[in-house]
Amino acid sequence: MAVTSDNRLIPDLSQVFDVLVIGGGNAALCAAMTAREAGATVLLLESSPREFRGGNSRHTRNLRYFHESGTSHLTGPYLENEFMDDLLLVTKGRTNEDLARHTIRESKDVGVWMEQHGCRFQPAMRGTLHLARTNAFFLGGGKALMNAYYACAERLGVTVLYNATAEDLEICDGRFTSAAFDHQGVRRTARARAVVLASGGYQANLEWLKESWGPPAENFIIRGTPYDKGRMLRVMLDKGAQPIGDPRQGHAVAIDARAPKFDGGIVTRLDCVPFGIVVNRDAKRFYDEGEEFWPKRYAIWGRLVAQQPDQIAYCLIDSKSIDLFMPSVFPPIEAGSIREMAARLKLDEAVLEDTVRTFNAGTRKGPFDPDALDGCTTEGLEPCKSHWARPLDTAPFYAYPLRPGITFTYLSLTVNRRAQVIMQDGAPAANVFAAGEIMSGNILGQGYMAGFGMTIGTVFGRIAGKESVQYVVDSLKRS
Amino acid sequence: MSSTVLKEADRVMTICNACRYCEGFCAVFPAMELRRTFNAADLKYFANLCHNCRGCYYACQYAPPHEFDLNVPKALGELRLATYAEFSWPPALKGLFQNNGLLVALLAALSVATVMLLALLFKGHAAFFGTHTGAGAFYRVVPYASILPPFTALGVFILVSLWKGVANLWRETGGKPLELRDLRAHRQAVRDVLRLRYLEGGGDGCNYPDERFSMTRRYFHHAVFYGFMLCLASTSVAFFYDHFMNRPAPYPFWSWPVVLGTVGGLALLAGTGGMLYLKKHMDRAPASPEGFGMDIAFTALLLLTSLTGLLVLMFRETAAMGTLLTVHLGFVLGLFLTMPYGKFVHAVYRYAALVRNALEQRRGGASPEP
Repeated sequence: MAVTSDNRLIPDLSQVFDVLVIGGGNAALCAAMTAREAGATVLLLESSPREFRGGNSRHTRNLRYFHESGTSHLTGPYLENEFMDDLLLVTKGRTNEDLARHTIRESKDVGVWMEQHGCRFQPAMRGTLHLARTNAFFLGGGKALMNAYYACAERLGVTVLYNATAEDLEICDGRFTSAAFDHQGVRRTARARAVVLASGGYQANLEWLKESWGPPAENFIIRGTPYDKGRMLRVMLDKGAQPIGDPRQGHAVAIDARAPKFDGGIVTRLDCVPFGIVVNRDAKRFYDEGEEFWPKRYAIWGRLVAQQPDQIAYCLIDSKSIDLFMPSVFPPIEAGSIREMAARLKLDEAVLEDTVRTFNAGTRKGPFDPDALDGCTTEGLEPCKSHWARPLDTAPFYAYPLRPGITFTYLSLTVNRRAQVIMQDGAPAANVFAAGEIMSGNILGQGYMAGFGMTIGTVFGRIAGKESVQYVVDSLKRS
Repeated sequence: MSSTVLKEADRVMTICNACRYCEGFCAVFPAMELRRTFNAADLKYFANLCHNCRGCYYACQYAPPHEFDLNVPKALGELRLATYAEFSWPPALKGLFQNNGLLVALLAALSVATVMLLALLFKGHAAFFGTHTGAGAFYRVVPYASILPPFTALGVFILVSLWKGVANLWRETGGKPLELRDLRAHRQAVRDVLRLRYLEGGGDGCNYPDERFSMTRRYFHHAVFYGFMLCLASTSVAFFYDHFMNRPAPYPFWSWPVVLGTVGGLALLAGTGGMLYLKKHMDRAPASPEGFGMDIAFTALLLLTSLTGLLVLMFRETAAMGTLLTVHLGFVLGLFLTMPYGKFVHAVYRYAALVRNALEQRRGGASPEP
């Protein structure tokens, strides 16, 4: 064993590991722990340093799973068919129904398994009560979950190497034999009998995003880890894996434009849209802000803003609404009048005044209720505002700048129920498995529902862990 | 108070309030969630409500080296220390919270030396190094008249000073005087204290001394707390025996004062020893460096007080009694003198913050009822 510059031991790379896991988030750890518990020797390569380990899972806070009765942290049952209906609704049917149903069934009571591996749950957080029945919340959030999983994996005897970025895979006659990786500037090789690719989407790779989005991708903000460059996805596609999913689809929300380029996480999200109006660079409205409850609509606003000129928008509210939504990390921009606000936002003053005047004139008085699809609507406006449409008339006025915030991309590797990667001839690669965001596009063709990325990662991580060991056992028996 | 400490606490809590992932760990985050913005009073209240369990630091997606550089235990710890100085009474003495560790150590040493010298000076060599047994044996080295008045005066001063401190905290954190009479809130706060609920970290304990969850610190703190209470009970019973039943110390081994004092002393010894051990091994990243000396000095002083108390018991019938007794009384004097100007104040301030928390959570809002 050699010692690296951060004083961690480098594992003995002359040995052939049973299972190599590439990636260090939820799916990777679920695979690694499962494989190790089945008796395999496991090496896990995480490209980030230890402090940022866990990929996007570090920013998560809950997981949605099938359960037949409530628990101390879930308020009631969430059954297979309801789960499936919810998925069909958000994806508008763009899903592999067989894999989707398999995912849902395999998620049954997965919370118990998670607790056995160190996860601790808490009742749904305040302000998220609409998820209290369907989603289990991690005490302390996703980083706490990752800490627990890493501790468990290390206790089980999984070999973990940080700062280890997989760059290439050796695949001979459809079989994986080794992976080349960079470890603090040194190129090394890890040999294994099977590989699990759980290295996330490619949303942190702006060059790749530009291939499908063009220059507007420059203005996207990456909500999560900067380490998800999609290297393994690219390597496998280059080696003839069958892609699935639209490269322009992904989980994207509208977030505060002042957020850091990467890794801003949850605090940059804004929940004010249903209570105000949203205008683009030209000071014009472009979509029904009050179409539905925000939890059911937040996931479409990333794309909506991405389609506006310069990928920028501004949510305007007045002082009646400032306390109606969760506080966010950046203070709102404040102004005493709409004209002054336009100047602050560098928008055309006359147009913004006209937009607000037209909107105010179009609002119809009704009982306002932030907790119901109320009767405050508009008439004769294009686009209309279906609910919570109150005139912007009470100074001070507030504004939040919005940008598209990408959580993860859906362009994926096609997999089967065993998590094996499908090649272009339709046959599965025998010992190449995929789990998590890198294969999420099989199930999420579009849209998103809270906590489902973690479901896919946990379910397919466990499947990949189990199936990779099964492959190793079978192949050793044959030889 | 340095405005940078307040500003940092404000910055940190603003980020936390937009995230809220840590709300299951302790009382600080649910208290934070009752507000959208924070004034100085809110932040000082949070600082004293924080039990420094560090769960939020290790769970934080924004902890350093993230560019948000979020370190809640450190930010609140630094503000807490600043409030100790701000709330202290009389205000002229608030400087004692600077270099507090050194100061407490010096005062303790000075107290020991003073008691020993006075005993030697007034009672003489023979009495100091002699062997004394039977009722009133201790008074032959340190006369009754020399103990009672100074310690009574000191006790009254401590009570007044701590009360003034609590009153300052209550006012500065936005409380109304009448609210302090809310018995339900006190009942809740007492329960929280007796259980050390907020060192449970939501179930598995705090992240102390390092990233792993552990109940160790909670158990050691329990030993210190209950040990201290038993010693207080022992002293009170002894006082009662001496003054109202005409039974001066020393007492036989199977008597209330000695049994209570022995059990309490052993618990204190184990608890403070354990706390010091953990402190030595703790991850310093989520800690306020300024508070380190204060914590060590107070804990060590408690340890030395209990250790010397036990030694007096063991060797009270030998010629070492005079030395041990004066050293013990010296440490007790040092402990008393520094009580309102050191780590001890966390006990009363945190209690007051817990009362405030019980009140607030019951009415579900930060602002007082009309």
